Amino acid sequence: MPAVLITNLVSIATNMKVNRFISGVSIPHLLGNPSLNPDDEKKLRRDIIQKVLTLLTT
Amino acid sequence: MVGRRLKIVHYVNQFFGGIGGEDKADLTPQMRSGAVGPGTVLQEIIKDWGDVQSTIVCGDNYFAEHMEKAAKEILDLLLPISPDIFIAGPAFNAGRYGIGCGELCKKIKERLCIAAVTGMSPEQVAVNAYKNEIFIVKTDGVARGMQEPMRKMARLALKLYNNETIGSPDEEGYIPRGIRKNILGDTYASERAIDMLLAKFQGLPFKSEIVLPRFDSVSRAEPVKDISRATITLVTTGGVVPRGNPDKLKSHVATSYGRYRIDGPDTLAHERYEANHGGYYTAYVNQNPNRMLPIDVLAEMEKDGRIGKLYPYFYTTAGTGTYPEVAEKMAREILAEIRNDGANGVIITST
Repeated sequence: MPAVLITNLVSIATNMKVNRFISGVSIPHLLGNPSLNPDDEKKLRRDIIQKVLTLLTT
Repeated sequence: MVGRRLKIVHYVNQFFGGIGGEDKADLTPQMRSGAVGPGTVLQEIIKDWGDVQSTIVCGDNYFAEHMEKAAKEILDLLLPISPDIFIAGPAFNAGRYGIGCGELCKKIKERLCIAAVTGMSPEQVAVNAYKNEIFIVKTDGVARGMQEPMRKMARLALKLYNNETIGSPDEEGYIPRGIRKNILGDTYASERAIDMLLAKFQGLPFKSEIVLPRFDSVSRAEPVKDISRATITLVTTGGVVPRGNPDKLKSHVATSYGRYRIDGPDTLAHERYEANHGGYYTAYVNQNPNRMLPIDVLAEMEKDGRIGKLYPYFYTTAGTGTYPEVAEKMAREILAEIRNDGANGVIITST
């Protein structure tokens, strides 16, 4: 089953030969950014997930 | 060696017992007098101090499919003999044979309290199940030669019988059992480390004191064909759990995962969830767990038809200090469950 990993530890994902992965924003907030307002943060999250879905279909 | 000659019982499967191949794999346990098949190699090796008094032959399928029953039947055959040492196989790469050898050595060690040794190739399936409990001599994958495995098995068994200190896996030739022993060295660790580093730089051989685990690579799965009709499952290693961690999931060295219901885009709102993870600063995820588990976005995408369906449960564990074997086990269990429920793809969020 295809799986996409969202991680900040890209070197580990590469080393472990993870087949599909994408990097997140940062370790304490993988899919968010507390310095943005909630709407922009959600948009950021959505953009990353869109890329994840593209990876899932590739 | 002074004293009486030792009584050895040897165990072989239907093939090495000369009965037959797969067609005879359901042979029930039989006892033969003396050494049979590869047992004759063993007999030659131990001739100065012992004899292969009897050989037990059993079909691989019979043992594997009736483990408890077969083990009991074999123990019953052994009891009247009162053997000093039990040798099984070696099973090399044969899985069912390995299970038979491993299980018998384990049971015999427990019930009869005698030395019980077997031999297997390190990659074979039975190794992980038994290596921590019994001594498994390391062999090749194929039955290339009996001499070396039998010699090592016999030597190790005799040491066990004599209650001698058993050396390291390398010294004695057995598969590491995962036991760490502290020993006092002649040189400081810093000196040994520098020596290793210098050797590495010069391209000279060196031996690591810590063996790094080898990871298998997983082949790339076929992509999702039509995302608008796919069921997507969310899995996280960020440790998001219902507030209070009702299932007491560990925050590091996880041994289990949780599975919690998704109830729409607002599932993670209202402080009903928190991050239980000992490996990162969890304040931001606690404020808004969607930052680790993007349920808000994915639930909306389901509504919009961007994805077919969001699997109605999310899976969660804390991914710090997790043993690779545990992680693999969790993954296989989750996969079996979601596959059964028609999932087509997975998104794993990590730290």
